Amino acid sequence: MATDKNNDFTPNIIGFLCNWCTYTGADLAGTSRLQYPPSILPIRVMCSSRVDPLFLISSILRGADAVLVGGCHPGDCHYQKGNYYTRRRFALLKKVFDTFGLESDRIRLSWISASEGPRFAQVVTEYTGKIKELGPNKYAEEVFL
Amino acid sequence: MSGKLKIKGDPNDSIRGFLRHLLESGKIDGVFALGKTGKGLNYLLVTDKEKVDELYPLFPFMPENAANLLSRLTFSGPLPGKIAVVIKPCELRAFVELVKREQASRDNLVFISPVCGGVLDFVQYKNDALEKSVPGYMKSFAKRENAENIRPTCRACEYFIPINADITVIPAEEACEFYLNTDKAGEITKGAPGDLSDGELDEAAFEPLMGSRKAEKEKLFEELKLEDYGIKGLVEVFGKCLGCHGCMSVCPICYCALCAFESKDNEFTPPVFESELTKRGGLRVPPNTIFYHLGRITHMGISCVGCGMCSDVCPVDIPVSSIFLRSGDAVQKVFDYLPGKDIEEPVPLSTFIEDELTEVED
Ligand code: SF4
Ligand code: SF4
Ligand code: SF4
Ligand code: FES
Repeated sequence: MATDKNNDFTPNIIGFLCNWCTYTGADLAGTSRLQYPPSILPIRVMCSSRVDPLFLISSILRGADAVLVGGCHPGDCHYQKGNYYTRRRFALLKKVFDTFGLESDRIRLSWISASEGPRFAQVVTEYTGKIKELGPNKYAEEVFL
Repeated sequence: MSGKLKIKGDPNDSIRGFLRHLLESGKIDGVFALGKTGKGLNYLLVTDKEKVDELYPLFPFMPENAANLLSRLTFSGPLPGKIAVVIKPCELRAFVELVKREQASRDNLVFISPVCGGVLDFVQYKNDALEKSVPGYMKSFAKRENAENIRPTCRACEYFIPINADITVIPAEEACEFYLNTDKAGEITKGAPGDLSDGELDEAAFEPLMGSRKAEKEKLFEELKLEDYGIKGLVEVFGKCLGCHGCMSVCPICYCALCAFESKDNEFTPPVFESELTKRGGLRVPPNTIFYHLGRITHMGISCVGCGMCSDVCPVDIPVSSIFLRSGDAVQKVFDYLPGKDIEEPVPLSTFIEDELTEVED
């Protein structure tokens, strides 16, 4: 159950979105005038495999409430294989988060194609709700990064 | 190829005799092994058989993970002559990882590695107490028990029987056994002094040691309680970190010429300081300590061999290698990967299976 305090809280979600699929899907959601929470800050990358796990660690340490990596569905990567590597790196990073007792729910990997505007809106809505429940990222208060 | 060569003498004497013979007979052109340099022990590369006297190849100590050095020697191509390399099992595993990552060449190298009782820690070295610790160490090893004063990750090391060695040595007080695992080994040992017979390494004889290593590993992991760290635990443990990056520079797997964490890209610029201070009201300078440690684990943890170098060089005694052994173990399990096992098996992050890991995606 979300508390009242959490209801006021709009999470900051950093989105690393692949140019060919998810970023275009986000565009489509916009041009189709679909409603979704203003919680995501999209950063366009040329392929989901451009996302070094360091980007996610840095985002979380610097106080982002969550990070969404968006790429093409497996088999559809513009560069054929990029997203398979992304998935391996992501699985590794999630394991690192879990191993150190960090909240691995604050990182997410979603495949959203260029034609899936509605799916983009739905993923952002649903994820925003989940992060609201988790509450703000406490790392934003730490002095030691 | 299999076979066993028994040579009389204490570990260093017996192997010196063997190496001298190899050099004399021209079967090898050089030896890479630990040697004495003043009060210190360092890796030496020697080609003169007289210089073999200065070597202490089986001394239970690791001044630097030799994989680092072998990568520097062979990065631009194989060495011109055939070199016998005497290193610990975890150094050999780290070397194999570097070959896979195209940072070293295995050509022209013959690997000799001991069944490893662990290495004495830097405290012994700093206090000039290595020599004094050896008799006790040998006694424990003869009983197939963990010795005093070895590295914490050695106490917990299950891979003390070398993988990928051409020759495996069992060090002992009176006579050492050399097991010939490859054709290369059989070739160069022809005519060597000592008793040659049939025989294979009896791994079961090391069950007692394996048992205590496994138990120690479990205990180490339990005491670490990494899963309870969270932000608080990370700050608690790494709050002491000086940011010297010693742990990275001695790590055999950290080979990047320009490390991401030493790049200006990760320096906070004035606007970043401003935005961080607006959020937090204060900042440890320099920032990015936790970033460095978590980042390093994601970059190289998949290949961490738990050699213990990083803990031993840490000036403020952060148990870096225990933390990396534990988290490395966790990520290696995701891909069912043992670093240094198979030179043909790609590092998991450089390959993939189309149908896998569906639990992390949606
Ligand atoms: S980690 Fe294992 S192989 Fe390496 S020095 Fe210690 S006991 Fe030997
Ligand atoms: S992280 Fe530490 S224990 Fe692991 S390989 Fe590097 S130096 Fe050895
Ligand atoms: S060696 Fe110790 S103090 Fe230096 S960077 Fe590593 S953990 Fe920090
Ligand atoms: S181009 Fe979209 S994931 Fe590679």
